[in-house]
Amino acid sequence: MSEAAGKVRVGRLSDIDPLGSRRLNVNGLEIALFRLSDGEVMAVENRCPHKGGVLSEGMVCGPVVHCPLHDWRIDLRSGEALDPDKGCVTTFETEVTKEGFIFLTLNEPIEGTDAAGADSHIA
Amino acid sequence: MTNKRKKLVLVGNGMAGVRTIEHLLKLAPDLYDITIFGAEPHPNYNRIMLSTVLAGGTSMEEIVINDLDWYRENGITLHMGQAVQKIDSEQRRVYAEGGIEAEYDELIMATGSNAFMLPIPGADKEGVIGFRDIKDCVAMQEASRKHRKAAVIGGGLLGLEAARGLLNLGMDVTVIHINEYLMERQLDRPASLMLQKELEAQGMKFLLKKQTESVLGKQRAKGLLFKDGSMLEADLVVMAVGIRPNVALAQRSGLAVERGVVVDDHMRTNLPGVYAVGECAQHRGIAYGLVAPLYEQGAVLAKGLAGIPVEGYAGSVTSTKLKVSGVDVFSGGIFVEPEGARALRYQDEIEGVYKKLVILDNKLIGAVLFGETGEGAALFSLIKSGESVAGREKELLLGLSADALASGGGGGGAARLEAMAADEIVCGCNGVSKGDIVAAIDGGCNSLGQIKGCTKASASCGGCKPLVEGLLQIYAGDAAVTVKEGICGCTTHSRDEIVAEIKRMGLKTVKEVMNVLEWNNDEGCSKCRPSLNYYLGMLWPAEYKDEKESRFTNERYHANIQKDGTYSVIPRIYGGVTSPTELKRIAEVAEKFEVPLVKFTGGQRLDLLGVKKEDLPGVWEALDMPSGHGYGKALRTVKTCVGSTFCRFGTQDAMGMGVRLEKAFERMNAPAKVKLAVSGCPRNCAEATVKDFGVVAVDGGWELHVGGNAGIHVRATDLLGFVKTDDEVEEWASAFLQYYRENATWNERTAPWVERVGLEHVKQVLSDEDERKALHARLRDTLDRTVDPWKQIVSEPELRKNFERLPAPQSQSASVQVETKKEESA
Ligand code: SRM
Ligand SMILES: Cc1cc2nc3c(=O)[nH]c(=O)nc-3n(C[C@H](O)[C@H](O)[C@H](O)COP(=O)(O)OP(=O)(O)OC[C@H]3O[C@@H](n4cnc5c(N)ncnc54)[C@H](O)[C@@H]3O)c2cc1C
Ligand code: SF4
Ligand code: FES
Repeated sequence: MSEAAGKVRVGRLSDIDPLGSRRLNVNGLEIALFRLSDGEVMAVENRCPHKGGVLSEGMVCGPVVHCPLHDWRIDLRSGEALDPDKGCVTTFETEVTKEGFIFLTLNEPIEGTDAAGADSHIA
Repeated sequence: MTNKRKKLVLVGNGMAGVRTIEHLLKLAPDLYDITIFGAEPHPNYNRIMLSTVLAGGTSMEEIVINDLDWYRENGITLHMGQAVQKIDSEQRRVYAEGGIEAEYDELIMATGSNAFMLPIPGADKEGVIGFRDIKDCVAMQEASRKHRKAAVIGGGLLGLEAARGLLNLGMDVTVIHINEYLMERQLDRPASLMLQKELEAQGMKFLLKKQTESVLGKQRAKGLLFKDGSMLEADLVVMAVGIRPNVALAQRSGLAVERGVVVDDHMRTNLPGVYAVGECAQHRGIAYGLVAPLYEQGAVLAKGLAGIPVEGYAGSVTSTKLKVSGVDVFSGGIFVEPEGARALRYQDEIEGVYKKLVILDNKLIGAVLFGETGEGAALFSLIKSGESVAGREKELLLGLSADALASGGGGGGAARLEAMAADEIVCGCNGVSKGDIVAAIDGGCNSLGQIKGCTKASASCGGCKPLVEGLLQIYAGDAAVTVKEGICGCTTHSRDEIVAEIKRMGLKTVKEVMNVLEWNNDEGCSKCRPSLNYYLGMLWPAEYKDEKESRFTNERYHANIQKDGTYSVIPRIYGGVTSPTELKRIAEVAEKFEVPLVKFTGGQRLDLLGVKKEDLPGVWEALDMPSGHGYGKALRTVKTCVGSTFCRFGTQDAMGMGVRLEKAFERMNAPAKVKLAVSGCPRNCAEATVKDFGVVAVDGGWELHVGGNAGIHVRATDLLGFVKTDDEVEEWASAFLQYYRENATWNERTAPWVERVGLEHVKQVLSDEDERKALHARLRDTLDRTVDPWKQIVSEPELRKNFERLPAPQSQSASVQVETKKEESA
């Protein structure tokens, strides 16, 4: 608990299908990771600013995800909902290394692992 | 060459000034060498949209009207962040802060206004700001990150828009207003009370009839003290009590200044070669604070500078719209009835609608609308035209739609648009006149989208959309009618064109279609991508690889998403006929996975609702039943009644036929969902006559019904025909479904499709035996290639992984190769 916030490794690029997404729990928060067509990975809080729809289930078009519940469009880079809707989700910085690892930058230190998220098939 | 040009200097790089320059460049591109000084460190941006930026709907970049390229391309010298300090009207020179000077032959003052800051003790503390420019907007955004409580002083348009933005930023917002009701300069009392109620419901708090005495706090604002001795906690104070024309420079420079810089009808000041436009100018005693009149002033000045004879500016009637989401308020003209005027009112407290029209000498002189503002633009145009509304008053008050007003439905609509003068402003936000729109139409624009693109009309608040549409109808005539809307905003191609091109060029992926047909949005949207995916799959059943990333959630994860992110699971139960063993298994699975709700559906199936995404593959595995496709644009259910098997009236085996059809067509993708039913006699207990394809048994055969729908718009089926044998039922059903698959637009159910192409046409195609058999064969071929999606996902780890969460990262010390930012202090 004494570590500062920083980058953590969350998986491999190949864990996410192109234009697909994966979810993960950190500090009680659900984060959605999206893989864009150019191989970039974007991370946002997995909650639509409209009515809390799970964004990870939405369709990815360019840098934008369409919320599956009422089709709000969220710009994954800024976290902002696009016109005509208004709202914003928290975004997280990500980095994909040459080796294909995905790193996520957290603002707060990890509080401990969430058992629900602890799958074992990814190193 | 260049030394022949005259020198024009603009002081104030804002909306009115730059608009004047834009206009001038159109009229006389080579007449002047232009230099612009702007105090703000930004190119000209849309100040109106600051409210939207604050509310979180738009980024700062998006509100730029003229980017730096625009200045460059037009050869304009721009000095950003350079306030002009001094004007020497003898030498005709201006001097700016940073030491830059410029000579002028003509000078335009367009310095706008400043937010008026109440001269009360503490007004200079940190955390006390106005709401005028990007800087203020940023200050509010920053404050919202560190502080909770905001006070907005002023319950007018600006104050309420600021308050709404701060609410969106998560702050606790109280609006303080000196008057007893809000927006008293635009609204009458009833409308204002309705507005207050609505805003309170959105979470805004109000302190009315309160006068602020001072701002409390040491260095930073901590709260407000009012005249009556009460206090309010606040760490951000936004003053939105009014604006003051920014005239300091003008005063220093010898210009005649009253409230604003005094100008005549040609925007001339008292000094030779010096003009003023915008909020800093005072014309016939009025300094305006809205864009539309300023743009009218700009147009007059631009013509004057271009040497075109122009009738002077005669002042404007103004209208306003509150840009707060969820609240529709419109106000225009004189809304408090003067002596001799009549007012008509309509109020519906339940629906939250209020309308008031003020009429003087049979002319509409003002209007207030709350709740329903669609007619605002049309009414405003009536106010400006000053035509008689005698005999039409009630019609205007009681819900004659804006469309009707604009398109002539209500007498005078089209005529009025036609009679409208060319330079009358239609879009107030962007200052687009009727003439601009008609010119755009003449130049080839024939859809609302195109007009919006080339004139910006209706691109901001959208209030004038009905008028623009009306003009389009009148001036584009048939061209407007024949303009084809693309299948979505990403393309102008219609469904039929796209399908034809895919066939002609043999396009095989969604990406390829979007590239070749020049989509204007690289990766499409949630409308075109699924439709292209459907068309490609329908056209190339053998080669096309379904792109799951272009399918909606439900079709991607093969279950129906619920509002809380869980899914529902409907296994296939052919014809609704089940068995005790199957029921027991379903029950066990529901218990094992703690499914919150089990329900019989309207389609005779069992629905397990509330299954967690990560449990879906496990549930499917345990059920060991095929997917019921209760989530897809696909064959859903075939409902049956008991039929002759048990029923005393039954004439045929309805259950048997239902099961047969469901087995024949399961997994069939279609433009929209498809539902079938089979009833054992004309009593029709399976409701076959509201299905996409309904079969009703009669003595000696089967009636075939098509194009029914029991959903949003109920439509009873049309009778397609009568057949004798079971095989014929399947063949006709198959041919009908395939013909629909090949010809309907994505998302079009059979009911509207049959109406569109006509029953007779469908009948004609299907009665041709060769054609019918060919259609049947094509569908068979397609379906034989499909597999059950649940089984596939359960057995393929690459697909199954998408249902699981990634493991939560371990705390840093435990994870490999992490870079940590060491805390500064221990
Ligand atoms: C589960 C069920 C209600 C129930 O508990 O009984 C149901 C549930 C939904 N219906 Fe339905 N409809 C159900 C039978 C019906 C019926 C009756 C029927 O099928 O016999 C109708 C009228 C018949 C018709 O379609 O013509 C019906 C007409 C609709 C409509 C209107 C369709 C239309 O074209 O007008 C929608 C909205 C839509 O599709 O856009 C809809 C949409 C929905 C959706 C999918 C809404 C959504 O998009 O999330 C609901 C999904 C709930 C869920 O998460 O599971 N549902 N829905 C029924 C499932 C039948 C099945 O076993 O597969
Ligand atoms: C939040 C908000 C919402 C609004 N909403 C609406 C609306 O919905 N509808 C509507 O019609 N109007 C609206 N308005 C009003 C509208 O924005 C103004 O009427 C319009 O911008 C005025 O244009 P202007 O060119 O006169 O002044 P401005 O746009 O203010 O431009 C003046 C520019 O001159 C610069 N300047 C001042 N002094 C100097 C100097 N000495 N040297 C160099 N530069 C100088 C200023 O920095 C400023 O950039 C809104 C305003 C705000 C703030
Ligand atoms: S429709 Fe009604 S009457 Fe006819 S078979 Fe079915 S249940 Fe019997
Ligand atoms: S919850 Fe996301 S659009 Fe409604």
